[in-house]
Amino acid sequence: MAIVKTERHEDLPPPVSQTGVIGWMRENLFSSPLNALLTVVSIYVIYWALSGIISYAFINANFVGETREDCTGSGACWVFIKARFGQIMYGFYPVEERWRVDVGYVLAAIGLFFVLSDVVKNKKWPALYLFVFVPVACFFLFSGGYFGLEVVETSQWGGLFLTLVLASVSIFVSLPLGIVLALGRRSSMPIVRMLCVGFIEFVRGVPLITVLFMASVMLPLFLPEGMNFDKLIRALVGMSLFSAAYMAEVVRGGLQAIPKGQMEAAKSLGLGYWQAMGLIILPQALKISIPSIVNTFIGLFKDTTLVLIIGLLDLLSIVKAGTTDKEWVGMATEGYVFVAAVFWVFCFGMSRYSIWLENKLHTGHKR
Amino acid sequence: MSEAAKTQSQNDVAIQIIGMHKWYGEFHVLKDINLTVDRGERIVVCGPSGSGKSTMIRCINRLEEHQQGQIIVDGIELTNDVKKIDEIRREVGMVFQHFNLFPHLTVLENCTLAPIWVRKTPKAEAEATAMKFLERVKIPEQALKYPGQLSGGQQQRVAIARSLCMNPRIMLFDEPTSALDPEMISEVLDTMISLAEEGMTMICVTHEMGFAKTVADRVIFMDAGEIIEQAPPTEFFENPQSERTQLFLSQILHNA
Repeated sequence: MAIVKTERHEDLPPPVSQTGVIGWMRENLFSSPLNALLTVVSIYVIYWALSGIISYAFINANFVGETREDCTGSGACWVFIKARFGQIMYGFYPVEERWRVDVGYVLAAIGLFFVLSDVVKNKKWPALYLFVFVPVACFFLFSGGYFGLEVVETSQWGGLFLTLVLASVSIFVSLPLGIVLALGRRSSMPIVRMLCVGFIEFVRGVPLITVLFMASVMLPLFLPEGMNFDKLIRALVGMSLFSAAYMAEVVRGGLQAIPKGQMEAAKSLGLGYWQAMGLIILPQALKISIPSIVNTFIGLFKDTTLVLIIGLLDLLSIVKAGTTDKEWVGMATEGYVFVAAVFWVFCFGMSRYSIWLENKLHTGHKR
Repeated sequence: MSEAAKTQSQNDVAIQIIGMHKWYGEFHVLKDINLTVDRGERIVVCGPSGSGKSTMIRCINRLEEHQQGQIIVDGIELTNDVKKIDEIRREVGMVFQHFNLFPHLTVLENCTLAPIWVRKTPKAEAEATAMKFLERVKIPEQALKYPGQLSGGQQQRVAIARSLCMNPRIMLFDEPTSALDPEMISEVLDTMISLAEEGMTMICVTHEMGFAKTVADRVIFMDAGEIIEQAPPTEFFENPQSERTQLFLSQILHNA
């Protein structure tokens, strides 16, 4: 005899124990005795770490004053950072010219906002502004020599300003260069492929320090007499090429993850190689590589501190130089904590942006 | 080719394959393929897996390269000349087993991309054409969704619409229903049947023998890289000549 169900079962709400705060806590924090124990231990560890940090950095810290004698608390002496703030931000950039750096920041910030955010849909003009106008404007603003602006030698650049210049130039150069190298590595033309593989494997096989050292010390030995590049430019070229090699491998990973059928479909519709790459393959490949691309950016951002080796005074080295000042002996902790905090803010920002971007670009099933 | 044959090929013959061979490394996949497809002719290609059916139709729009023989599509011979390849690909639409829709673009963008970038059609016009074809495959309401949000059958119909937006003179179908759930096969086949009824030149690799019986002008049976038998569907199914065809038919029609 057949068993037939004639009525449809109605949809019921889930049981109360599964929903709400209590349900969530039971599910996630106290689902078993071991889990409950781990929860309690973790909460204690978090409390212990946070209270230590807060009392060091805020409660027992000194913010007011001019000299180290003003630091009476047991916590951090932020007076040190305050007293040297201008130098930490701009290096030895002349005080009366620092507005030029600020104007550059504002120009870049406006461009970044419109390119990265969702405010405008058509990114053509913001991108043109950010990638063409801003670099040119910043170049003239920062180095001067035109429009009545006083020349500021790159040896006077320093601090966070120099770190940001190094990071943003290498980021903006390395991504497109990395894409080109990745495409070259997958090219069907043997010479192109060999050149790209050779470059990538060579650069990946040596430490950044040696690349910087070569660029700054060895390169001038090979150049003809009198021909001399700016030290900063040499560092920029070194860092950009270095990170481009890493970027190429990241992008290659993304390219390999795109099914062959995508290229075939594009070709069967009559699209040429560059159209298929630019419209179909790269948008997808870059999208899935976002986490690794940002990972490389973050690594690169922190690697800018290595320019210390060739005597450029970036954020870290200028703070370090400050701690050797006899007025401020023993302020190394404050200095390093401050530098770490600044780096963390930038890197965390990049990381959050990449997560937001990934979600925005997600077009598959997601409820 | 003589002048007369050339004229004829431009008028009535859509595709001509003469003595074509293909190797994958040492492996001889296609052996001496000779095939002439007239304009408006509907051809179904069948055969066991690995027999070279897909490879053969993929040679027609140069997704695979042949090493010997001639392939003439729409009067243009396929050579290494990239311009000619692109010219042929513009006129030959292809539908794949796994749809191969572009997942980062909406359905509408999938359909307008090639007309806008390859044919330089103005955007508004391309969109109007795309909507027309989406209506034909009966999913205009999905135009602004992404492929990942559609069912397999819907995706395959979008893929058909995407090809049609280029106004191809020839359509190639590479096992268009093999990756679909059973209940979605008929919606795709219906679309293909209506296309066939309008006189589109079609070559279709498929295991849907019902489709072959209804719409095909000719059924081609391939095995081990060779065309074994070509015949109109009634003849092919009722009176297969070669032993291999008989064996194949007895295997696939076993449960039917």
